[in-house]
Amino acid sequence: MGGVSAWREAAKGGERLEQARVAPDTLAKYLLLNAERFRGRPAMRYKDYGIWQSWSWDEQFEEVRAFSIGLQTLGLKRGDRIAVIGANRPRLYWTFAAAQALGAVPVPVYADSVAEEMAYVLDHAEVKFAVVEDQEQVDKLISISEQVSHLETVIYDEPRGLRDYDHTNLHAYRDVQAAGLKRLEENGAAEAWRAEVEKGKGSDLGVMLYTSGTTGKPKGVMLSNDNLVRSAVNGNAFDRLTEKETVIAYLPLAWVGDHLFSYAQAYTAGFCVACPERAETVNEDRREIAPTYVFAPPRVFEGLLTAIMVRMEDASRFKKAMFDYFLAHARKVGEPILNGEKVGLWDRVKYGLGEFLVYGPLKNRLGMSRMRVGYTAGEAIGPELFSFYRSIGLNLKQLYGQTEATVYITAQPDGEIRPDTVGLPSPEVEIRIADNGEVLYRSPGVFIRYYKNEEATRETKTEDGWVHTGDAGFFDADGHLKIIDRAKDVGKLASGALFAPKYIENALKFFPDIQEAVAFGHGRDYCAAFVNIDLASVGNWAERNNLAYASYQELAGHPRIYEIISAHVAEANRRLAAEPLMAASQIRRFLVLHKELDPDDGELTRTQKVRRSFIAERYGELIEALYDGSTEKYVETQVTYEDGRKGILRATVRIVDAEVYPAETEEIQEAAE
Amino acid sequence: MNLHADPAAFAEPDDGIAKGAVLLEIRNISLAFGGVKALTDISFNVRKGEIRAIIGPNGAGKTSMLNVVNGFYTPQKGSITFRGRERRAMKPHHAVGQGIARTFQNVALFKGMSTLDNIMAGRSVMMKRNILWQMIWHGPALKEEIAHREVVEEIIDFLEIQHIRHTPVGKLPYGLQKRVELGRALAMEPSLLLLDEPMAGMNLEEKEDMSRFILDVNQQRGTTIALIEHDMGVVMDLSDRVVVLDYGKIIADGAPDQVKNDQGVIDAYLGVPH
Repeated sequence: MGGVSAWREAAKGGERLEQARVAPDTLAKYLLLNAERFRGRPAMRYKDYGIWQSWSWDEQFEEVRAFSIGLQTLGLKRGDRIAVIGANRPRLYWTFAAAQALGAVPVPVYADSVAEEMAYVLDHAEVKFAVVEDQEQVDKLISISEQVSHLETVIYDEPRGLRDYDHTNLHAYRDVQAAGLKRLEENGAAEAWRAEVEKGKGSDLGVMLYTSGTTGKPKGVMLSNDNLVRSAVNGNAFDRLTEKETVIAYLPLAWVGDHLFSYAQAYTAGFCVACPERAETVNEDRREIAPTYVFAPPRVFEGLLTAIMVRMEDASRFKKAMFDYFLAHARKVGEPILNGEKVGLWDRVKYGLGEFLVYGPLKNRLGMSRMRVGYTAGEAIGPELFSFYRSIGLNLKQLYGQTEATVYITAQPDGEIRPDTVGLPSPEVEIRIADNGEVLYRSPGVFIRYYKNEEATRETKTEDGWVHTGDAGFFDADGHLKIIDRAKDVGKLASGALFAPKYIENALKFFPDIQEAVAFGHGRDYCAAFVNIDLASVGNWAERNNLAYASYQELAGHPRIYEIISAHVAEANRRLAAEPLMAASQIRRFLVLHKELDPDDGELTRTQKVRRSFIAERYGELIEALYDGSTEKYVETQVTYEDGRKGILRATVRIVDAEVYPAETEEIQEAAE
Repeated sequence: MNLHADPAAFAEPDDGIAKGAVLLEIRNISLAFGGVKALTDISFNVRKGEIRAIIGPNGAGKTSMLNVVNGFYTPQKGSITFRGRERRAMKPHHAVGQGIARTFQNVALFKGMSTLDNIMAGRSVMMKRNILWQMIWHGPALKEEIAHREVVEEIIDFLEIQHIRHTPVGKLPYGLQKRVELGRALAMEPSLLLLDEPMAGMNLEEKEDMSRFILDVNQQRGTTIALIEHDMGVVMDLSDRVVVLDYGKIIADGAPDQVKNDQGVIDAYLGVPH
């Protein structure tokens, strides 16, 4: 386990460094430190008007201080909650630090939440201030103003369209900042603000993050400054992240991952965070920035790869042949080379040539030519997808984390990468497996408690600090953790065989044509599934094969699409059949759903996870049809449009049988015991 | 202090006309193609800073009216006063030179060029350096190009089309093409913007977006807008004053509510034997 001792060394080095400077215990204190130690180094970039604008650490310090004092003049006090709503923009990140400097608590909220969802969080967190991106968010807040009685002041970044609004309690970011600047000219104002920062303690509440929650209402996870700082410092040491890194911030601000990677780690290590021009331009912006530290859920890696593959279909025959030849070679030797294993000289030369001709340009296109460390988390990643990225020389790793842990529970050290495990316990994290298979952990990142929810806190966190992850898993022979499913989702088929829905769904989702899948089978005779097609991939196929379609619904129900999906399901079954534990859960029947599962309809969480029980209720008729042998079913489904209006979608959905493969029943018996 | 400033807000076009005063006055315009009378004795005005809608059933003469305003058609009778200057008829170059820009019912962009280049093309009327200078593309010509690019980037940001900056326009969906066309018209920094069915063929969401852009152009940039539109809901929500044409004649002129309840207008739309 060379990797483990390596991080321990690095962690010690990091500790020494921190102690020498009297390690700051809040991120606001890190801001003061960074303005001194990194001064002119870049801290933030933002593409605006087509040009990358940059702020150095001392400029970032000025920005944050001025806004922070501006907030103070508006009445923000220690302990007050301040909502942050919008896309990844410098000013919203500065709001985090500006609030924390005063001891106020940022509550980032998912910007695409519909008004009622937002109302719940803002009311529950009792936010007094809100800093939002633009008119869209201001309008939402105005529409729910009666439900959020604590909200006093709203500040917006983008003034467009807001000129004629009532500005009694509404302020432009730059006016607030200008007020702060003016105050700074007074004697002692700068010192008073610094004193306010120094008052902050590690044990104070640092941030409140609402988990999107696959069941029930969102819960407010309270993370202390210590949680944030220690998790970030440990994470930096583990991957040897320094002030020389660059990241691109594009994931939702309300997600703990973004809060750690694009904020806490950037402040503790001192590296540069780049904000994209718009959500739609992320891929382009990533290519220009070429981040060294990359973080993405599997769907992003999948989307990037799909886009490349679709383009390669249109490439000239020579290019396509070269691409295929070298990718095949990379599949053979790429990963061993990355893992530092022994590889023959000729293969290395050929790989080098491939790097020059294919992998290099490909990485450049993906915006990963400078990537040193990359993580995928949030969902299981397809082994083929994972291997693809690693084979072209990208150090992509897996991580297992939770909001309640301030991200890190386990991570894969360099050189010890396996597609089917999530790695070793992260620095300072203890893990044990409960009798029912549930994974429990204890670490300095463990949250304080859920805000105003004693019951949930008691259910999740034990007296002595162990946290229930809710995931079932086990350690393999090398001490790597393997997660199979949510502990509560793991069920049994009527035959008594294990049924792990997520495992089956992932087996389906690994096909680029399948965007989402929902498996059923607990207490049933066999396993059956809903499938959502991937419009980008299937639509492209349809175009190339002259298949005309007018809507998603029509494409999803097309017989030829059913043929393709049938083949995928059969292939997934073949793989499941090869695994003793899973062979009994082969998919006997499936249907292609007539609409995309959508968070606006409550079918997915805001982080794009399937809400299985909700779907089971909503599509009860379809599930019955999967089991009663019918070949088609007429359904009416209520849908919510982006602006909140509702409509009805009518469809006749076909249900088909899938090919299954024989499995050795003996092995299932053994495994089930 | 070292804070990056927000870019300056758009300056309102300075055309020497006070807000609310008459910017465009159409007087007794008649236009005929042979025996077909497209417009008969039309008079109305557009005040600075307002959104003025021209509506009417198919064939009422709306597009002909716009074509007269920007000089594409020459009317047989009547006069046009724009920014205090009376003309018997506009010529297209007068119209452009004096700050009238328009978009078309059927998108008229350079399909093979990128969004950026299309909008830059809208600036070409303002380029001071001649084509030789532009070919050398150094010194003053480069400096000028950069200044124009800055304006164009502001428009791209304003219309939220950063993600298609480098995409050839022909590859874009219709709704986005319409937005690019609006961008090209804005690039001319017009004091009067003519929009010919800006929302034709759009879905609801695209219409909502476009409505917002039109309002923002009007409010934030102070651009006076005259638009033709079929979607009555949109017209009534957006415009300050509406003029209704039918068979080449004005049948009503006034505030949206007033026009909506006008018996003549209702008849024209529902169809009454003439």
